[in-house]
Amino acid sequence: MSAEAGQQHPLGIYYKIWTLLFVLSGFSYAVDFFEVQGAMRWTLVLLFMALKAGFITAIFMHVVWERLALVLTILGPPIVLLLLIAFMAIEGNYTENARFTYMGHDRDAVALTPGDLHGDGHGEEAAH
Amino acid sequence: MSEAAAIQAGPQEGVGGLVDDWSSDKQAYHVPWGKAMMWIFLVSDTFIFTCFLTGYLNVRLTTTEPWPLQSEIFALSIGGSDPIPLILIAIMTFILITSSGTMALAVNMGYRKDKIKTFWFICATAAFGASFVGMQAFEWTKLIVDEGIRPWGNPFGAAQFGSVFFMITGFHGLHVTGGVIYLLWVAFRVKRGYYDDKGYEIVEIAGLYWHFVDLVWVFIFAFFYLL
Repeated sequence: MSAEAGQQHPLGIYYKIWTLLFVLSGFSYAVDFFEVQGAMRWTLVLLFMALKAGFITAIFMHVVWERLALVLTILGPPIVLLLLIAFMAIEGNYTENARFTYMGHDRDAVALTPGDLHGDGHGEEAAH
Repeated sequence: MSEAAAIQAGPQEGVGGLVDDWSSDKQAYHVPWGKAMMWIFLVSDTFIFTCFLTGYLNVRLTTTEPWPLQSEIFALSIGGSDPIPLILIAIMTFILITSSGTMALAVNMGYRKDKIKTFWFICATAAFGASFVGMQAFEWTKLIVDEGIRPWGNPFGAAQFGSVFFMITGFHGLHVTGGVIYLLWVAFRVKRGYYDDKGYEIVEIAGLYWHFVDLVWVFIFAFFYLL
């Protein structure tokens, strides 16, 4: 913990976290590859994201070994951002609903894929 | 006399240490000033990227056009195969994590005063970073030239897709590019022995920046490409 000695830690912990980050990234990619959808997709993607972000900040950026004064300076201010995100999510949902309800936008519109446009049939394949 | 005793015992830990640090006359953070300043810069950068991502959240929620399917758009065929969803993005993610690991090793070797290993680990990190930017350039070219995606519209769905994509990945790419230049500068100073007297904290400070760039990518990967 002492700052005078610098952040000197055994190499083993870096190798472990490094491996873990690879595994978690692999899991994230697997979620897309195996086309997990809906609430499960959100849960898994956000969980792997939070774990990766946490390990990078805590171990690679040494936050877990810093003094509380610095840790709170780093982690405190970004907490207010959660409020911004919550407000914008509520506001966004409201606006979208208003547009569907009062402005006649199509709720069932479906996005096109590169396959649809280039006519190579991949759009249909991907639908399975 | 209690003051003298406290100095003897070194800084307190925990909440008591927090109060001591924040109320001290001279110095609040017991780290090199460069490190404190880098952290304050990174916190402000966190706000910038969060504003971008929150803006993305808002336009994606409010638009009534369907959002283009990322795993289709970012699919790539390798050697004439069927398009593999998000494959390039996955490779870019792994490259950035690899570079984070080599950077952590560089910081560790720096504190061991092993100049040669520090130099090469930083160079490896910079090389991974440069290849990341190269792949991003390839991705942008594919999206602009082959798929016709523009900041003001695209053939697949919501026009905001392009604006968000170019702004967020572009700003992140600039950070990576800047990081590569910064790292190379530090690497050559390490090699010349510039930090022998000054101390190797600068490698850790450069490392903080690099890990932050990786950290931002974790969020971009999840929110923009996966969800």
